[in-house]
Amino acid sequence: MKNDDQDESRVIALESLSEGETSDEDFWELRLYVAGRTPRAETALANLSRACELYLSGRYKIEVIDLLLNPRLASVDQIVALPTVVRRLPAPIKKLIGDLSVLDRVAVGLELRAREGSS
Amino acid sequence: MSDPVRESFPVTRSAKAPAGVAKALTGISGLDELTSGGLPRGRPTLVCGGAGCGKTVLGLEFLVRGATQYGEPGAIFTFEERGDELAANVASFGFDLPGLIEQKKLVVDHILLDRSQVEETGDYNLDGLFIRLAYAIDSIGAKRVLLDTLEVLFAGLANKEILRSELHRLFRWLKDKGVTAVITGERGESSLTRHGLEEYVSDCVILLDLRVHDQISTRRLRVVKYRGARHGTDEYPFLIGDHGISVLPLSSLQLVHEASTERVSSGNAELDRMLGGGYYRGSSILVTGVSGTGKTSVAACLASTCRGGERALYFSFEESPAQLIRNMSSIGMDLASLVQQKLLRIISTRPSGFGLETHLFTIYQAIEEFKPSMVIIDPITDFASLGNRNEIRAMMTRLVDHLKTKHITALLTSVHGAGASADGQLEADAGISSLIDTWIVLHSFEVAGERNRAICVRKSRGTAHSNQVREFVMSDKGLSLITVYRDAGGFVTGSAREAQQRHDAANGGGADNNPVARPSPP
Repeated sequence: MKNDDQDESRVIALESLSEGETSDEDFWELRLYVAGRTPRAETALANLSRACELYLSGRYKIEVIDLLLNPRLASVDQIVALPTVVRRLPAPIKKLIGDLSVLDRVAVGLELRAREGSS
Repeated sequence: MSDPVRESFPVTRSAKAPAGVAKALTGISGLDELTSGGLPRGRPTLVCGGAGCGKTVLGLEFLVRGATQYGEPGAIFTFEERGDELAANVASFGFDLPGLIEQKKLVVDHILLDRSQVEETGDYNLDGLFIRLAYAIDSIGAKRVLLDTLEVLFAGLANKEILRSELHRLFRWLKDKGVTAVITGERGESSLTRHGLEEYVSDCVILLDLRVHDQISTRRLRVVKYRGARHGTDEYPFLIGDHGISVLPLSSLQLVHEASTERVSSGNAELDRMLGGGYYRGSSILVTGVSGTGKTSVAACLASTCRGGERALYFSFEESPAQLIRNMSSIGMDLASLVQQKLLRIISTRPSGFGLETHLFTIYQAIEEFKPSMVIIDPITDFASLGNRNEIRAMMTRLVDHLKTKHITALLTSVHGAGASADGQLEADAGISSLIDTWIVLHSFEVAGERNRAICVRKSRGTAHSNQVREFVMSDKGLSLITVYRDAGGFVTGSAREAQQRHDAANGGGADNNPVARPSPP
């Protein structure tokens, strides 16, 4: 990749921030696709984590996939723009692209919602 | 990159790429000729046109032929059709995409962008797309790339600013990667492509067009731009046939045919004498006359000479093969046995069934297959309904040029309406008579209750042909050309001539000392 952002390329980054098992309906499985640990990728991850913590506290898992290390997955998961977050669970699949800088839009785009009665 | 020397002394076209711009042969019939060697190697080419005009087929054929004929693997990125849909669509051209993918000669990636599934927030780039391109290209060492069609990105992504700058980066990246890329784009209202892709691709732009005229559709191709290389700028008709695309360039931009001095018989000894020894091999002959003057007989006469190495291909647009064989046997010509011996092939189609280009292409294909030494087209008049005068003329020029290049003797017949004046006839043929080497005119006229026929050679390039008008008689013995008799009032033909002959014979004279029967001028 001839990319100005290509300053870092680490070993496969799998960050699991999940705790506690709950039913599928109430558990968000998210994947964040990036190309290298660029500042924009870090921003996106930070924004995503903040939004999840705010709405889902503990009922989510974020998996970061670095396509520079796993280029095959770009095609398998139909990724075009980066960063992209894919909500794999709950169904249906949702995609959100960008650095996730607007919290409200992240919440709407991924349909993040607090557990009933907890707020 | 203009080269004044080359500009003023154009070289003969060949499929060899001139120095300067490296080219990648497309393998597409006709396209390599008109681009003098293919698409610019290592650079992107934009192929644009309306829906259904053949952009995808052209792109795919470029990749498939690259993979199968030129040892250049290819990567196909399809934004609209899935890989299996694409494979099914081109299987009819004999392109085996699954097989080529299996052999690692091609790779297909279907890039899906569904706006309804995707939300945008904040800054992003298209690195995901770049990674996919790089991954697919590197996986098989692809030299050729097809992106069909990038414009789907405009529908799939909301932020046009990001998209435009990313497209600039994409085209730079493709060049750096050194792949020969074909990018397709939908025709826009006022621009070549709906989203102005042409602003990113500056090396080569090809425009495809599908036009319907009188319910007959014709496809056309034009090289709008080809930086640094000479190319034909005309619109060229093309077809999507059984084996992919065929572009029909004007087969020669210069007159470079070899001129044969060998003569071939017209099939009639007297007509041969009138022509000063027959037709030249590889020349083109036009036979004109109103209907019922015997044009088909003169044409069939040439067809009947095929034996030995001679083979004739007869395109009959008014009569079926059986009808033609029956009619000609009535004047003593046995075409049936020639057909049996495979020396003669008669092809009958309705002219109105297809467009001009399809006809031309069918004729080319039949010639390619049968390899005749003479071709007869009887008549060309019926093409008149298929296009305007210029189109017909362009088609005839292509055809006559093609036949001349192949050293095939061509005989074309043309009908005139019975009422047409001599000037009207001239006008009607002016379009193509200049392409023609030998022009035979048949007349029919009514005198004393009889309709008789006459023949003359109006022009015959490079031959000492007769300037006489002869009476032209068809009987069960074949064609005979009879010296015109003259009495005090003018020519006599038919029974009046027979009476004159008998009268002369009784007086001890004959045709030989008839005052009109001069020998042909030297």
